[in-house]
Amino acid sequence: MKAFYLVLFAPFVSFALLALWPGLRRSGKPAAWTSIAAVAVSLLSAIALFFQYDGGVHEVRWVWIPLAHFPSLTVGFLVDGLSVVMALVVALVAFAVQVYSLGYMSEEPPASLGRYYTYHSLFTFSMLGLVFANNLLEAYIFWELVGACSYLLIGFWFYKPSAARAALKAFWTTRLGDVGFALGIAVLFAHFGFLSYDKLFALEPSHALFLGLLGVYVGAMGKSAQFPLHIWLPDAMEGPTPVSALIHAATMVAAGVFLMVRLMPALQHTPELLHLVLWIGAITAFLAATMALVERDIKRVLAFSTISQLGYMMAAVGALSAGAAFFHLFTHAFFKALLFLAAGSVIHAMHTNDMFAMGGLARPMRWTMILFLVGALALAGMPPLSGYFSKDEILVATAHAPVPFALLMITVFLTAFYMFRAFFLTFTGEPRNPESHPHESPVVMLWPMGVLAILAAVAGFFGSTVHEMLNHSLGFESLHSGEEHHPAWIPYLGLGLGLLGILVAWMGYARRIFRPERVYAAFYPLAKVLEERYFIDHIFLLLYWLGYNTVATVVGFVDRYIVDGVVNFVTWATFEVGKALRRFHNGVVQDILLGVVVGFLILAFFATGF
Amino acid sequence: MNLLSVFLLSPFIGAVLLFFIPRGSRTLIRLVALLSALPPLALSVYLPFVYDTARGGFQFLGEIPLLPELGIAYLVGVDGISIALLFLTAVIYLTAIFTSWRIQTRDKEFFIYLALLVTGVFGVFVSLDLFLFFLFYELAVLPMYLLIGIWGSTKEIPGRGVFGWTYEALKVGTKEYGAMKLTLYLLVGSAFILAGIFYLAVHGGSFSYLALQQSLDLPPDVARVLFLVFYVGFGVLAGIWPFHTWSPDGHAAAPAAGSMMHAGVLMKLGAYGVLRVGFGLLPEAGAALAWLVGTIAVINILYGAFGAGWQDDIKYLIAYSSVSHMGVVMLGMATLTEPGVAGSVYQMVSHGIMTGLLFTIVNLVYHKTHVREISRMGGLAHFQPVLATAFVVAGMTSLGLPGLSGFVAEFLVFLGAFTSQHPWWAVPAIVGALLTSIYVLRAARNIFFGPAPVHAVEDAQGSEVVSIVCLVATLVLLGVVPRFLLDSLQPTVVEFLKLFGG
Repeated sequence: MKAFYLVLFAPFVSFALLALWPGLRRSGKPAAWTSIAAVAVSLLSAIALFFQYDGGVHEVRWVWIPLAHFPSLTVGFLVDGLSVVMALVVALVAFAVQVYSLGYMSEEPPASLGRYYTYHSLFTFSMLGLVFANNLLEAYIFWELVGACSYLLIGFWFYKPSAARAALKAFWTTRLGDVGFALGIAVLFAHFGFLSYDKLFALEPSHALFLGLLGVYVGAMGKSAQFPLHIWLPDAMEGPTPVSALIHAATMVAAGVFLMVRLMPALQHTPELLHLVLWIGAITAFLAATMALVERDIKRVLAFSTISQLGYMMAAVGALSAGAAFFHLFTHAFFKALLFLAAGSVIHAMHTNDMFAMGGLARPMRWTMILFLVGALALAGMPPLSGYFSKDEILVATAHAPVPFALLMITVFLTAFYMFRAFFLTFTGEPRNPESHPHESPVVMLWPMGVLAILAAVAGFFGSTVHEMLNHSLGFESLHSGEEHHPAWIPYLGLGLGLLGILVAWMGYARRIFRPERVYAAFYPLAKVLEERYFIDHIFLLLYWLGYNTVATVVGFVDRYIVDGVVNFVTWATFEVGKALRRFHNGVVQDILLGVVVGFLILAFFATGF
Repeated sequence: MNLLSVFLLSPFIGAVLLFFIPRGSRTLIRLVALLSALPPLALSVYLPFVYDTARGGFQFLGEIPLLPELGIAYLVGVDGISIALLFLTAVIYLTAIFTSWRIQTRDKEFFIYLALLVTGVFGVFVSLDLFLFFLFYELAVLPMYLLIGIWGSTKEIPGRGVFGWTYEALKVGTKEYGAMKLTLYLLVGSAFILAGIFYLAVHGGSFSYLALQQSLDLPPDVARVLFLVFYVGFGVLAGIWPFHTWSPDGHAAAPAAGSMMHAGVLMKLGAYGVLRVGFGLLPEAGAALAWLVGTIAVINILYGAFGAGWQDDIKYLIAYSSVSHMGVVMLGMATLTEPGVAGSVYQMVSHGIMTGLLFTIVNLVYHKTHVREISRMGGLAHFQPVLATAFVVAGMTSLGLPGLSGFVAEFLVFLGAFTSQHPWWAVPAIVGALLTSIYVLRAARNIFFGPAPVHAVEDAQGSEVVSIVCLVATLVLLGVVPRFLLDSLQPTVVEFLKLFGG
């Protein structure tokens, strides 16, 4: 089990090297290779760890903050089935993305490229730290660190005002959720006095447990972009595309789901909370898919799709099926990272994100087209690709709750539709922009995609392995569908709706059997609401203006002109009184004598008793 | 010769030597200042390792009677709390010298005042005799008047509102105004403290902190009044609301090293005074009035965080963030819980280093661009990558990012608040961290991000980079290895809380 130290600390060493050695960082390519070498070590160790893993739970811990009246706060690492599988996913996607970035970011100046890989190393380390954390405090520590890396990487092109803005939006929104996370931790610590997973899992149901986990869930809502805290994720696409693939599709945004899966043994005692998780998950899945229908930006389609799929995972958590949630997280990491990288390949060639300026790319970019198609089919849940298996498990798991189930079923159709709308708009038809000269991406970008495509295709067959690994960590059956007899038609309905979605997209965008523009015009008000993302962003903007800026103006003004105004008035008045009194001290003997006489008379007046 | 005397003698001898160095020897002046900063730093790093936690209490005691008939002595000693603050002071002193390396006007006097000021600060943290304590306290406060008045920077703040007409008469915003305001406020505070100390000494029969802790037995009403006297007296320097308005004007007008010293270290003298003299000598009164201290602290946190959001002047913004973060310090001690008080002291150190870094950065930005208004900046990261990186790191510290010192401090205070008798304090405390992320990162964006400015500006150079690197390294050290200070601080806090029956 010693391999996990290499898994975790190899990226840290690379980060430390790049951060502390400016010469290496500014050299560009050598910096990139340092980071890639580190993540390769991490990946190989993660593979070794996976095969060495013996089904047990291995833990190390140290005192981080000593306390006497409370148990000391510790940090430590937990190697069990869940963390081993998750670490493998993280290391794999991180490796693929870092190699791909060599091609994608090749036009960056060396210093900038070094900075890019420095952030990447820090992110990979933090994400793995979150995976191996053995208590909630440590999870929170790495949780915040991945958030900061996300901020840095979204705002990587800091000279673009939109990127700088998106970075802020992402950080603030997730931090809003983290207020809940921190409060949740405080509730758990104040009531039970510990935060380590093994002790939390042994707790009996209680009100405090509910409140604590509710707080943690609010944090997970922020990170995993659950409605209504999903608003930051579409804007986060301002970052470089490989970043979107790694952080905003495969790993960090899935951290919320991961944490919920991790906490499942405790969550099962809070059925009310799980009910909420299920509903919000289903609503998120549905709303995000509808918003993807009218999106023009290829990356944002994928971003909405990510939100939607995270909704699926959360719904599975809410349905007490941690196994289905984690399995979907597992497969989604591969096919969504693949889709993002393929989209990046297109953007790299076209220098635009707008799908309506693309078209006909199947010929010049054959490999990218094939890879994108594999990802799209997997996402649409077409067998035997991975998405079919994992989505099916979620649908089965949620079958007992009619409304969420219906929402998720409709979303299956929507997902297939918007994905293939994107596919047909991008790759089929005639080129809509004659100015562009698209070319296939270099091999260094295609290979990582190829690896991910293979995994996206076959990951579905590892369902039993993933479930078995998860059962080791949870200590109970992770898949709850086994005990309920679910209707046999669910997989067929899901498949049928998926096919229907592809068909409709094909009719509208490939064959032009119907005109999508007319549909858009006919439902203009609805389409406008979707384009405006249900005005949720506006509500948050209003909150920001009223809740912060207006109060800040009032406080700032009051402080400077009222509180300080009083101070200045008192000071001024003191000066003035001083000036006035100065007249009596003019040093003229006659005036002084007059004062003596007047003083004497006044005293005499009082002394004689009026 | 007591080990702790190094803290006092080193900067003091430095100041005396500087006095005899001819004005033209610019390098020699700086080297002497630098040399006077190194022994205290070395000692303050050494102390946490040799402080005997098993024995506890004040250690490295030294006593030289000065006026035995009045019970006044040179009595020094340290515990975990003072060790942490000595470390803070030593780091800030060293980095303030590096930051001021390129100062042009009257550099000799500048470094003399700085050294004297530091002597006073070290004196406060080591002295266990209240008379000595007050002497050093005044020594620490007064040089700031000259530092701001001579080396400060000026701008006009037009008056508005009901009292607007007084602003022009007083020249609000000028360095003279800032220096005067700061000094007057602190002297009023000192008047309270002096009266309080004399009352204690007369009734306790001694100026010795150790003796007073044993012998002091005041009626509860008197004790409460006395506690309030100390709370207001020291609290002014800690920037408690509504006596905080000297801080933005003073810090904005002060030169870089002045703001670093003042916001970084001197404000902690106030908090330290409330903790040591207020809570430490009058525990019953302190416990009875903790609700007041905590509630005002909560106001500080939110008020400062909102006030910062309105500022367009970077120096004012950082100054308001100090008002907010000092609220965290005061809240931590008001919880009277182990994590809370430990977090309070940790926040003093963390905020000191962080705000020292922030003031270094904004002063460098100001000196290189000659602009203080955020609305007139943008894209500076193109030319000032070092400053931009450091600002983001410092900003992340202030909003409590794990891995940096602010998280340890704020998390402890937050846990303390939640386990105290007023769990609701935790909510504004954590909302304060959220608000911090709004104004700090917005400032980072508006100053450093965006398209490149038309005119190239210089990045931090040489000694300035040294200063920034030292401060960042300290933030990371304290964030990753909190036990460096907590191993001696935490037992002291536990012992301290025994006064409150904890």
